[in-house]
Amino acid sequence: MSIEKHITSSCIISNNAVVKNGVKLFENPGVDVAGFLLSVYQYFQFNYPKFYKMDSLSKLGWLASEVLLKDSFDKAAYQPEVVGVVLANANSSLDNDLKYTATIKEVPSPSVFVYTLPNIVIGEISIRNNFKGEHAFFIQEQFDTAFIAQQVNYLLDNDILQACLCGWVDILEQDYKAFLFLVEKKKSEESVVFSEDNLKKIFGS
Amino acid sequence: MKSDVFIVADNIYSPLGKTTAENFLQLKNGVSSVKLHNDDNLSATLFHAALFDNSEQFSLQGYTKFEQLLIASISDAIQNADIDIKNNNTVLIISSTKGNIGLLETEANSAELHKRVAMTTSAKMVADYFGFQNQPIIISNACISGVMAMITGARLLQTGQYENAVVCGADVISKFIVSGFQSFQALSPSVCRPFDKSRDGLNLGEGAATVVLSANKKFEGNLKVKGGSISNDANHISGPSRTGEELAYAIKKAIQETGLTPADIDFISAHGTATPYNDEMEANAIRLAGLPSAPLNSLKGYYGHTLGAAGLIETVVSMQSLKEGLMIPTPGFEELGVSSPVNVCAELVPIDARNFLKTASGFGGCNGAAVIGD
Repeated sequence: MSIEKHITSSCIISNNAVVKNGVKLFENPGVDVAGFLLSVYQYFQFNYPKFYKMDSLSKLGWLASEVLLKDSFDKAAYQPEVVGVVLANANSSLDNDLKYTATIKEVPSPSVFVYTLPNIVIGEISIRNNFKGEHAFFIQEQFDTAFIAQQVNYLLDNDILQACLCGWVDILEQDYKAFLFLVEKKKSEESVVFSEDNLKKIFGS
Repeated sequence: MKSDVFIVADNIYSPLGKTTAENFLQLKNGVSSVKLHNDDNLSATLFHAALFDNSEQFSLQGYTKFEQLLIASISDAIQNADIDIKNNNTVLIISSTKGNIGLLETEANSAELHKRVAMTTSAKMVADYFGFQNQPIIISNACISGVMAMITGARLLQTGQYENAVVCGADVISKFIVSGFQSFQALSPSVCRPFDKSRDGLNLGEGAATVVLSANKKFEGNLKVKGGSISNDANHISGPSRTGEELAYAIKKAIQETGLTPADIDFISAHGTATPYNDEMEANAIRLAGLPSAPLNSLKGYYGHTLGAAGLIETVVSMQSLKEGLMIPTPGFEELGVSSPVNVCAELVPIDARNFLKTASGFGGCNGAAVIGD
């Protein structure tokens, strides 16, 4: 009973570059992760002061979601309860967990501690966009396209969601990678059919 | 037509006992595992929590306490379940918020440590210990992880992806976790008091719980996971919704999926952490979902907040309540201290119940609700 769904937008942030729908929009080689993420924020002229408070995982996921949705998503077409987020990564919130551990010896920081959960990035994306639907954070050694496709199919086929952001957001020290896909039931000019194969194709690009 | 999902076996492995039966007996006798602790390895100051005694044996060579909790809980549950876990139609699902995070306090930062602390490493070790054939599914979604794991498992069975799912949640309390909740000023200086006027924070707890789910018709007659739903507040990463509308939405959707009405919910196993904001929000949500008169309990005064295990521990206790016709009270509760009237169960009472609602909420604005019944 699987109905046809479409990847209406995709965004990749890796190797110090931002790619949307296969087109490289920004590149800033030779800087570290923190410097790169800040340069993405500045280049796209985002204006969201909360960004500065986020840990690196949330910054990475939030930036990818902003680029993904910008000019590609008609939020007004959906009720908040039917838009959701399904993410996975390998390192949970370890990048920030290491930073929090360093604060324990001095003064444990509540503003660092709050980011010691991987699903906080989903919270940040949901707050920004007023997405109130189902969401989930899975830990996987590698992006499990079959599993994620199955999860998203279930949510959309059963009308639990009408639109879903899904993908991979992982960061540990200087290694990072974000792949986000916007999945909807309607086609758009640049959309491709939502399938495990197409997820693999874009993820492998 | 979605197939029924039966809960065919279960376990609670906690400071109160090593089996569901041992745990339920302790609860009936009003025994709490929340105690005052003086342990420099966990906190420079005294704190209340529900922890395993140091004498407790976690001696399985090569496995951390977290992994041994998972193994102990799963071992007991599957020995009572007539399913073949080595068949590739069975999947293992693990829920935890922090897994082996305590290793960061004792080991030097290295690539090796990163790998050892990864939940994928623990999950693989546990899967290999038992001989599960499929790659385990790991859920880490704050304090709703346990409820979410059960819902995820039920859906995988409903769609025929697998026939059986072994769902286990566990968390271990470390200085990392204690200091974080202390920094939030979220810990109560005494035993927590859910929904009470004088509630002043939560207690942490450690433990594990397992439910074995199956879609096999031979289990007809067992309790079922009848419905489940997740929502997000989209409000604040560490504070709950101001209105409770989003948890209410999840509750309504979970009940809707069962084909029941709110009147069919015989009792509620609440999240009830005993923080001022959580209990206030949860009471609002229960009112908005049309359940203000259903008896409700919070088990946090017995177990503390067991994080990624909480949803499963509390579900298994509530299943036992259905089976034995006894509702477990809410220790610490005396006078209602939330603005929406909810019916908090304060003493052990006989109940004639067929269905209960389990709720959970957590950081990141997440809410989960599930309905279990006959």
